[in-house]
Amino acid sequence: MKRRFDIYAMTWRLPIIFWQFLFFVGPLLFMVAISFFVVKNYRMTEAFEFVNWQKMFSKGYFWDSYWYTIFIAALSSTVAMILAFPASFALAFRASDNLRRWAIFLLIIPFFTSYLVRTFSWYVILAESGVLNAMLGYIGLGPFKMLNTHFGTVVGYLTLTLPLVVILQTVTMANVDKTLIEAARNLGCKPLATIWRVILPLSKTGFIVAALFCFILSFGDFVAPFYLGGSQEPTLPILILDTTKSGQQWPRAAVVAIMMMVTLFTIAFAAIALAYRKGGAK
Amino acid sequence: MNQTRVLNIMLVLYVACIFAFIFAPILFSLVFSFNSQRFPTIPLGEFSTEWYAKIFADPDVWIAARNSLIVSVSTAVVATFLGFCTAYSDFRYNFRFKGPYLALILLPPTIPLIIMALAMLAWLSKLGLSGQLWSIILAHSVLTAPFAMAIIRLRLNQMDPDLESAAWNLGGSEWQAMRHVIIPFCMPSIVSALCLTAAVSFDEFAVSWFVSGLNKTVPVVILEIVQGNIDPQVNAIGTFVFLTSMTLVILAQVFFISRQVKSHS
Repeated sequence: MKRRFDIYAMTWRLPIIFWQFLFFVGPLLFMVAISFFVVKNYRMTEAFEFVNWQKMFSKGYFWDSYWYTIFIAALSSTVAMILAFPASFALAFRASDNLRRWAIFLLIIPFFTSYLVRTFSWYVILAESGVLNAMLGYIGLGPFKMLNTHFGTVVGYLTLTLPLVVILQTVTMANVDKTLIEAARNLGCKPLATIWRVILPLSKTGFIVAALFCFILSFGDFVAPFYLGGSQEPTLPILILDTTKSGQQWPRAAVVAIMMMVTLFTIAFAAIALAYRKGGAK
Repeated sequence: MNQTRVLNIMLVLYVACIFAFIFAPILFSLVFSFNSQRFPTIPLGEFSTEWYAKIFADPDVWIAARNSLIVSVSTAVVATFLGFCTAYSDFRYNFRFKGPYLALILLPPTIPLIIMALAMLAWLSKLGLSGQLWSIILAHSVLTAPFAMAIIRLRLNQMDPDLESAAWNLGGSEWQAMRHVIIPFCMPSIVSALCLTAAVSFDEFAVSWFVSGLNKTVPVVILEIVQGNIDPQVNAIGTFVFLTSMTLVILAQVFFISRQVKSHS
């Protein structure tokens, strides 16, 4: 290999390094920096003080919001994983290859269409006199209060995450070695036991990755808790939004953002360690 | 035997329910956009194009649409260029720090948008680059480049590495091999990447809202209308937004699949 500067290679290699340092690493590092800045007379001035950290950590509402966000994101991830499973199972084992491809094709579409409009649509559907309550009214139920509740928030999160979870679960299970499943059947394993003792252990890695993505997406979303959950219990993203937009308190918003990042990294590392721990056949 | 049939039918119904849940908001948005009621419910009101007339008459919507067009097209070009460079570097070369190098491009989508929005706002203000239309383009190119990179890298995976060396042996320079062998081979995935990155950029609202200042894109306009009150105009705008992004995503997938069919034959 020649050691001189290779113009051709560098033409392709350098642009992204330059660009990402300027517009990805730069912003994130600067965010850490401003968490030590101070705001005086509505203007942010450079400093190195811990005042923002102390202020946020001493606020009860910050910790309430922190644990609530973890709770609701974990809840919605669990719900998504459970709701998606029978559908993914059917797509992975009962559908033909062609049908499965079509299903995944369809499931990719919502991922790239406006989440905002879909949330607004849910708002109208779930409202006190909305479509769902009208339908339930015909069979003599309701009306139920669905907006401004945990239920509303979770529906919003599911809109965002369910297609992704179904795709990841389906692809994972479709890749399970079919001969192992047949072997289990031949050895007298009951269907449910086959799922529990053969399919699930073999799909562990993919399932944990799906749950992790689901958690990350829910944890960072402000639209569902804001519009469908009524932000009565503000999540961390709503806290960032309020602090930045109305209060001009960027340093405090940065503290919240950094706490979110630290939490997500911790959870991601734990999940990945769990996913690749020995014992799984994969 | 009969039991498995019942079970299969239940599974089919269940899959239908899941798909209904996923597509219900899209479908209802479309239906409500033609519905006369101010607060849509069942039974539906009369067929009406009132909301469409309203948005067509609104200059703010037109300006937002123009802004969105500029942002998503520019983002697509920049992001696809960055994605291509990185995909090719990964395909062709092994070098030190390749792991961190790839992480640099692949990580942005894993960071919550609200955090990216705050970080971008602070950083771009510091550099004096915020509050402009191209502030959004800068931010979006970082967020969407990984999608372009992934699509183009998958295509390169299917290329025989000897093809490039063959071009060199026949006397072509590296640049000529790029121009006459690699780029034509990647073309379907490049088009696919352009469509997909444009779609992502077109729908992104958090970062756009933070960094754009007064230059609103369509999703930001929707966000602001929604904050005010229930306004069925959103459904009419939403229908256009859906049609645009769905067209882009479907085009991306068609190009993506067509290359697979070709390479199998």
